[in-house]
Amino acid sequence: MTMTMEAPIPVFEDEESEDRKLAIICSKGSLDMAYPGLVLANAAVGEGIETHLFFTFWGFDIINPKTMGHLQFTPVGNPATHMPQMIMGLPGMTSFATHMMKKQMEGLDVPDVPEFLEMITDAGGHLWACKMSADMMHLGKDDLYDRVEAVISASDFMELSSGAQIIFI
Amino acid sequence: MSLTMIAGHEVHVDDEGFMTDYDEWNEELAKTLAANIGIELGERHMEAIRFLRDDFKTEGETATLRRVTTLGGIPTKELFQLFPKKPAKKMAYVAGLPKPAGCV
Repeated sequence: MTMTMEAPIPVFEDEESEDRKLAIICSKGSLDMAYPGLVLANAAVGEGIETHLFFTFWGFDIINPKTMGHLQFTPVGNPATHMPQMIMGLPGMTSFATHMMKKQMEGLDVPDVPEFLEMITDAGGHLWACKMSADMMHLGKDDLYDRVEAVISASDFMELSSGAQIIFI
Repeated sequence: MSLTMIAGHEVHVDDEGFMTDYDEWNEELAKTLAANIGIELGERHMEAIRFLRDDFKTEGETATLRRVTTLGGIPTKELFQLFPKKPAKKMAYVAGLPKPAGCV
């Protein structure tokens, strides 16, 4: 007679992920540079990792309600589009390229930027805005997406990201 | 993939313990799988699990959290309460499905 073994139980490593902390600095405001941070943050919260997003400089467009839904992708100066640069600079090319990229993202079931931020924060992710950028752009906490927890200085960020793995985008 | 025992049933699982045969799963097994990872299944858990099962049947892959939210109607916040820390993987495990492959 052969004995059938009890099935293994997956190790979800709750304790280990509890200790892990990730801070992502989002410094760019174009559509193609917003997504990497959002995708990584969303994956991290889904793994039970304490996740912080720090928005600075052009990254403010991601958390500014006036711009967050209209980020654009430009193929100008981006050799990875494999298109002649002279054509890419023609009027209308940016909105065309943006439209194409958004359509592709939608096809992959990737949410738009506002919905992505909603998902990340619902899952427990934290959003922070950089004080220097806020001052430079004359924006206060009330001008920003309401789920941004606070406008904080660079040293505040150093404190809160203590022990975290940091990704700069 | 190997043949193992879960709650007195013979089932196929992968190296980690995720079930690999869609038809070997039933709701009784789900209770044991959930208990294995410290979750007591309630009706709301089962709604998520049933959505995942039905969606897999038509789509051929495990739904991402976003799908469970947008199509299954269970908010992200609640999923993280029902299946703490790693809802996508934990739900898939209890539902007897592979881990979701999507990035979002």
